[in-house]
Amino acid sequence: MSQLIIQDLKVSIGDKPVVKGLSLTVNQGEVHAIMGPNGTGKSTLAKAIAGHPDYAITGGDVLLDGQSVLAMQPDERARAGLFLAFQYPSEVPGVTIANFVRAALQARLGESADLDATSYYKKLYEKMDLLKIDRKFTSRAVNEGFSGGEKKRCEILQMAMLEPKFSMMDETDSGLDIDALRIVADGVNKLRTGQLGIVLITHYQRLLNYIVPDFVHVMYDGRIVRSGNKDLAVELEARGYAWVKKELAAASA
Amino acid sequence: MSQITDSDTLTTAAVEETAASSVAGIDQTAGDFKYDVKYDFDAGSGLSERTVRYISDVKKEDQWIRDFRLNALRTFLARPLPTHWATRDLENINFDKIRYYLSQGTKPKRTWDEVPADIKMTFERLGVPEQERRFLAGVEAQFDSEAAYSNIKDAVSKQGVIFLNSSEALRTHPEIFRRWFGKVIPTGDNKFSALNSAVFSGGSFIYVPPGVKVLHPLQAYFRINAENFGQFERTLIIVDEGSELTYMEGCTAPKFSTSTLHSAVVELVALKGAKIQYITVQNWAPNVYNLVTKRGLAHEEAEIKWIDCNIGSRLTMKYPGVVLKGRKSRGEVISIALANDGQHQDTGAKMVHAADETTSSIVAKSISVGQGRSTYRGLVHIPRHLKGCKNNTECDALLINTNSRTDTYPAITVRGQDHAVQHEASVSKVSDEMIFYMQSRGLTEAQAMSLAVNGFVNDLVSQFPMEYSVELKRLIDLEMEGSVG
Repeated sequence: MSQLIIQDLKVSIGDKPVVKGLSLTVNQGEVHAIMGPNGTGKSTLAKAIAGHPDYAITGGDVLLDGQSVLAMQPDERARAGLFLAFQYPSEVPGVTIANFVRAALQARLGESADLDATSYYKKLYEKMDLLKIDRKFTSRAVNEGFSGGEKKRCEILQMAMLEPKFSMMDETDSGLDIDALRIVADGVNKLRTGQLGIVLITHYQRLLNYIVPDFVHVMYDGRIVRSGNKDLAVELEARGYAWVKKELAAASA
Repeated sequence: MSQITDSDTLTTAAVEETAASSVAGIDQTAGDFKYDVKYDFDAGSGLSERTVRYISDVKKEDQWIRDFRLNALRTFLARPLPTHWATRDLENINFDKIRYYLSQGTKPKRTWDEVPADIKMTFERLGVPEQERRFLAGVEAQFDSEAAYSNIKDAVSKQGVIFLNSSEALRTHPEIFRRWFGKVIPTGDNKFSALNSAVFSGGSFIYVPPGVKVLHPLQAYFRINAENFGQFERTLIIVDEGSELTYMEGCTAPKFSTSTLHSAVVELVALKGAKIQYITVQNWAPNVYNLVTKRGLAHEEAEIKWIDCNIGSRLTMKYPGVVLKGRKSRGEVISIALANDGQHQDTGAKMVHAADETTSSIVAKSISVGQGRSTYRGLVHIPRHLKGCKNNTECDALLINTNSRTDTYPAITVRGQDHAVQHEASVSKVSDEMIFYMQSRGLTEAQAMSLAVNGFVNDLVSQFPMEYSVELKRLIDLEMEGSVG
């Protein structure tokens, strides 16, 4: 069974510590939601695990199936089975989604083997059907001129095609209206086959109405301060983040 | 083996080669090999009237062409280098050290069986697939100065199409040749067109009779295979009324330690209602000076389209042009240039409007990698007395590294009231965020960079024939390998 272990992870941007000792274990097939107010280090955590060069890891470790990924380049981490669904995915002008995903899969094969085009398109169309994505979609350049919903669906399609062991989904609900949110959530649910482990990062409980998590963690000031099941998200929605802050202040006093 | 023994020519005091000829960090393995070829004719190095006469003698040329060459030589010698606008790197060309003519024999080979085995081996290394030749209507493969192989598919010659190397066409079809030769690009157009006019050898001659649509592109492969040796092909293509032709040329060259000069002249004539598409993909070794003059003459309602892709070379100066001579004629240039470390791609286009309702379009994209430099130079000229002319110019530059360089010199002269002209230019850089995004999908940094560059030129590359777009993608991948880290 695959396992992603985040051990007492500390991350800084420049001189500023943002993630301040965070631990979390995600098993294959589990969905963990990380909730928390703005600026608490949720996105930093996701990008640091993916290997973004602007984020310096100052302590702790990230283990994928027992192997530390910290010395790996971002692309090596991706090929090892980590995926980051971006909050704000980049445009790649002139490169179609079909060619982009194909290049990403080819990169996993190395130079010795050529990706079989027929079976590639067969798989691509299967996944697009599964996610209810129009066939014309993949001939568009990656994220170029996409609406918020299209960007997120493009991320989910890539996740479906690349079949990572663990996916960190960064604010997948941001910028989506309720219809788009439902479509994206349906897509994620279809990929919950027991193989994929998901870390779902979100501000709002509403996403968790559609993607029901196995575990919910509340992140505040660079740490996980509370963990529980899906009921924690509901409680958080009802009482607000102020409740967590107040509890923390009381505890440290 | 015959050789010039003129001591003046051979002992001309050689100006010291000042150019740093080895360019660091460039993987040019695609062209990095050389075979020992025995030359039957060799004009030695250096340029004098004697060199020019020697070339005419070997080719058994008529008096008019001998006079043409000698006159061109005088023009070449009299003209200064155009360093008042062009790069001073031109001053590093040592004209006395260049060998102006080499040949394996003057008679071009007609069938594949007659092609010598070592030349076949070179083609194999170049990756010219055997079956591709069957698809292509005719292959004129230039090996050094003379065509080593040329074969026109029966169907094409049955249509009355003449496809020869230009030296042979000069002998066998002087009436068509002489009528158009040097008319689109006169000898004195520039110093290097004059040089070519003096010492030209090889290149293609094509005549398409009226009302013939050549379905398959005609194709030529060019190659330099001798150190310090300049190639001076002369290509002349005439497409008669209502006819259509696509011509493709591609080059790879071996890597050498001293400068190599390539200076071609290509003239196209599209008669009334004719269409010509001329496609070039080239990958010169990083020590090659590639100074080429290409121009087409479009008669009434004719269409000339240049698709020009420049990778490699030390310095390329090339501005394919169209003279829009006939009413409603159209000209188009699509240009891609990639300048890597130590390379300067000085490319662009010229559109000279000389009739009413003429239309021209220029789309140029350049990529500068490392310390590579790309320059766009455009000339669009619409005079006052014309009506209803249109031009659209777009030039986009992509910078890969922070020390890459690009310059743009668009010269658009429009006089009169009734014209429509548009110009757009952009400079962009591959962002770190884009590279991280692609890496997070499993692409290495180099693969990501390569994909970004391919995306940048994708809309232009998609206009290339299939085999060229594949080759171009491979060349870009190869060039981008050393660009990161």
